[in-house]
Amino acid sequence: MFPGRFHYASPRALDEAVELLQKAEGEGKVLAGGQSLIPLLKLRFASPSILVDINNLPGLDYIKVESDGAFRIGALARHGEIERSDDIARLQPTAAAAVPVVADPIVRSRGTLVGSVCHADPQGDWAAVMIALDGSVTAYGPEGKRSIMVKDFVTGPFQNVLSYPEIAIEATIPAPKGDVAGGFLKLERRVGDFATAGAAIGLEFNAGRVSRAGIALTGVGGATVNAEAAAEALMNSSLGSDAVMRAADLAAEASSPKSDHRGSADYKRHIVHTFVRRILAGIATDQERAA
Amino acid sequence: MTQTADPRAGAPAPVDEIKIGGLGASRRRVEDNRFLRGKGNYFDDIVLPGMLHMEILRSPMAHARIKSIDASRAWAIPGVRLILTGEALATRNLGWMPTLSYDTQAVLATDKVRFQGQEVAAVIADDPYIAKDAVTAIQVEYEPLPPIVNPEQAVAPGAPIIRDDKLGQTDNVVFDWEVGDQAGTEAAFATADVVSRLQLHYPRSHPCPLEACGAIADYDRATGKLTAYLTSQAPHIVRAAVALIAELPEHQIRIISPDLGGGFGNKVPIYPGYVVAILASILTERPVKWVEDRTGNLISTGFGRDVYLDGQVAMRKDGKILAVKMNTLSDHGAFFADAQPSKFKIGLMHSAFASYDIPYAHMASRGVYTTKAPGGVAYRCSFRVTEAMFFQERMVQAAADDAGIDQAEFRRINFVKDDDFPHRTPYGFLTDSGQYNKCLELALKEIDYEGFLKEQAEARKQGRLLGIGISTMTEPLGAGNSREYDILGIKMFDSAELRVHMTGKAMLRTGAKTQGQGHETTWAQIVAHELGLPAEDIVVEEGDTDTAPFGMGTYASRSTPVAGAAIAMAARKVKAKARKIAAHLLEVSEEDVEWELGRFYVRSQPARGVSIQETALAAYSNMPDGLEPGLEAVSYYDPPNLTWPFAAYVCTVEIDPETGVWDVLRFVAVDDCGVRINPLIVEGQIQGGLTEAYAMASMQFITFDADGNCIGSNFMDYLLPTAWETPGWELHEVVTPSPHHPIGAKGVGECATVGGPAAFVNAVVNALSHLGVRNIDMPMLPDRVYEALTKRTDVSGAPPVKTD
Repeated sequence: MFPGRFHYASPRALDEAVELLQKAEGEGKVLAGGQSLIPLLKLRFASPSILVDINNLPGLDYIKVESDGAFRIGALARHGEIERSDDIARLQPTAAAAVPVVADPIVRSRGTLVGSVCHADPQGDWAAVMIALDGSVTAYGPEGKRSIMVKDFVTGPFQNVLSYPEIAIEATIPAPKGDVAGGFLKLERRVGDFATAGAAIGLEFNAGRVSRAGIALTGVGGATVNAEAAAEALMNSSLGSDAVMRAADLAAEASSPKSDHRGSADYKRHIVHTFVRRILAGIATDQERAA
Repeated sequence: MTQTADPRAGAPAPVDEIKIGGLGASRRRVEDNRFLRGKGNYFDDIVLPGMLHMEILRSPMAHARIKSIDASRAWAIPGVRLILTGEALATRNLGWMPTLSYDTQAVLATDKVRFQGQEVAAVIADDPYIAKDAVTAIQVEYEPLPPIVNPEQAVAPGAPIIRDDKLGQTDNVVFDWEVGDQAGTEAAFATADVVSRLQLHYPRSHPCPLEACGAIADYDRATGKLTAYLTSQAPHIVRAAVALIAELPEHQIRIISPDLGGGFGNKVPIYPGYVVAILASILTERPVKWVEDRTGNLISTGFGRDVYLDGQVAMRKDGKILAVKMNTLSDHGAFFADAQPSKFKIGLMHSAFASYDIPYAHMASRGVYTTKAPGGVAYRCSFRVTEAMFFQERMVQAAADDAGIDQAEFRRINFVKDDDFPHRTPYGFLTDSGQYNKCLELALKEIDYEGFLKEQAEARKQGRLLGIGISTMTEPLGAGNSREYDILGIKMFDSAELRVHMTGKAMLRTGAKTQGQGHETTWAQIVAHELGLPAEDIVVEEGDTDTAPFGMGTYASRSTPVAGAAIAMAARKVKAKARKIAAHLLEVSEEDVEWELGRFYVRSQPARGVSIQETALAAYSNMPDGLEPGLEAVSYYDPPNLTWPFAAYVCTVEIDPETGVWDVLRFVAVDDCGVRINPLIVEGQIQGGLTEAYAMASMQFITFDADGNCIGSNFMDYLLPTAWETPGWELHEVVTPSPHHPIGAKGVGECATVGGPAAFVNAVVNALSHLGVRNIDMPMLPDRVYEALTKRTDVSGAPPVKTD
């Protein structure tokens, strides 16, 4: 690969990283897992003046579960580490369902969840998962830290609300207030392919009824789609077939896919409908079995 | 111990051919030692002193007039040594070059660009980064012209003439060509009880070797010699072409094709990049390296297929095929650059229906220009045999369905019988041998055909969609016989040179060129079989035109049929000389010398003998009077016919009716490629071929949008299957030796890629046949399958891609 000329820095402290970005006056880029950035450099779609490599920053490679059940995932936690996390497998079904189908094993060993959310690819997986879970991103900049809900963080194709030279240092999934359930399905033509269409669902139950719901869709819009109305349709339901169909209908309505070589817009909408239905039917079956 | 009258008393134990790595030994590949250790020697590993680097500027547009090219900003970048444009090349009469299909192709565009990715300019610089910076600094002003992305657009009234550079070209038709007995075919159709018709598109795909193309050209002004390291499957053809095109003296051209990271037909043509690198080296008097990037490879180099079929089968009620009609419409891109050696405009398309006993057939083929990359015969395909067999097996399935006859039974009715060889095919080929029914029956038994049909019927009642697909075909492999095949007039023979050293070790060189097929392993086994030398004592070298005998290279599964035969013949020449030496050593007349593997002995006195190694020593140290010293031979082999391997592939699938996603349940492959020299390598070839067949059937294609943009220009869009989704293959064999090959072998490299795709498509279409679906174009992406099963219609995949 022959990218354009760029400088490279590998700071050892977060403040130093922010400072390096600041000096680059908007032309700097943060390198974490590099699984999206490096291809962009190769194709010269991105030509930053400096790459600020944060891989040597200490203490960003964690996956922590708090005593209340909240997750904190550092900017250097790799997909593969999340895939192998017992806490994720045990406590966070939406993320656990998504992570094995994020890209391919090679990408998963380097790429990061936080980087993926920042990259804001409309066909990416993690932004959908995080929106479905009411997740947030923590940004660090000259003004200090701030937390931004992922649904407000991702604003368009490859666009987020980070205010340069802020660096996203953490993603968080809030503590659940009920019993957690969820799922993730995506259609891809091959392992590692971008999603033709995909759906992430995160639910909480209280006394057998849905007390929190999040549904987000990937591959079916200019940005990750937050299917709020579909999620709302599930509230207080026990995932009866009417509620499930209503949610699937509303999720399909919320998506705005484009026809391309992966399929027609109608087909993608149909896949969203099918996947939302399948995830919810699966959860309902699990609930019945548990009861 | 009792003494008996053992006639072999005192003779050494016979050589165990499998132990010495002879015929039939599943010898591990010797080349893997260096490949697996990362010690391969690919052209990009080669670094020459003072080497410059070249980068090519490619057209972003499919069809446009070049109004101006301004390279001044590029020239200003430090480290830029040379910038070449079409105009600069034209002053040396190199703006255009001839293609292997007797058309012309732009080296660097002069007047217009005719496809997205076409070569427009080249920069030669001190390092590849500078070269890349400089090509992006070249400013080209284009005046857009209408793109043409399919044959329908190409022949529409008022379509712009793509090849307005050619005098007398008044439309976008490349050729109209026909073969077969039209009157006989029409008469047979008139008497038919049933006529079955099928229309479909075999999409454009790309060979996509993991190593893209490239070159290092090194012109030495002091000696006048040009050495070029090239990614070529046919280095001698390149030498001949360079001599003819560039008018350099042939003895001063050395083409070296080092280790190749795959070829699949992609590395047969001569690409503009090679020509420009050679010219750049001559002009700069420095070595010039050009490494094609992945996108450059996918959007500009030799692709495969892109052919439309309108096929008809005429039958009697009982299923007997009376005649076949095939109309093909092929999209050749902007230049007719099919790298194929036959005299037939549409390659070997008319090898179709060779395995069926059909009295009459007619084919009409039209080729058209479009604003897409040139090529069409690459990708593990003997010059459109892949399309021929796909069309055949899709037509056979539709015909069986239309006649209301079981798929397997329909084939049994129409197969050429075992005692009917050599058999003249309906389009005029002569097949050599086969046991078609035996292969099919073995495949059906292994997949439990009857059992699956019951399971399928049961599943249908529950709304599950199961399907079974059969593909049976014989195909012409070998690209030879000098009567019908040549490249630039050079006949399609091949060659081998065997030198046996004094100590009985040997060096073998051939005119073929391995790209991963395992020649270094297999060729030694042929010598081991002929001479009894252990395979490990034989080193194999290919790819250097200064040392290898003249040969036509490796493609079209021709190496074993042609070069492999030459090796056997060269070894037999060596053996004939060794016999004379043996007679001398044994002090008997040559007529009294008998041969067993690895050893000559005196007739009826087996104990009195000399090994082949002893004759080798004597060839240099104790030769008989009147005999030249040395023990070596060269053989040039002109095959009397193509070899005709056969395959029966049966695939079962299940479709998810809600998504259109289909999964392969089982895939049984029975291959009859004649005598297997190295069964391990043969099975590897079949597994790789089936994987590529699965890729084309399920995910892989190059398509274009309405603006002529190539979709499939990188690995995000052009998909190679991984181990995850690739099904497991169940392999079986039948052996029918080729009657005309010295050791009975047939080609095999391409069988699975050629015969495989129809098995998958037939299976998916079979699962939907009760809904009236007759065809889904490849790749059978889930959305296409879903559309077919919900709308109960055929689904076309022809470009342009459907957008909102």
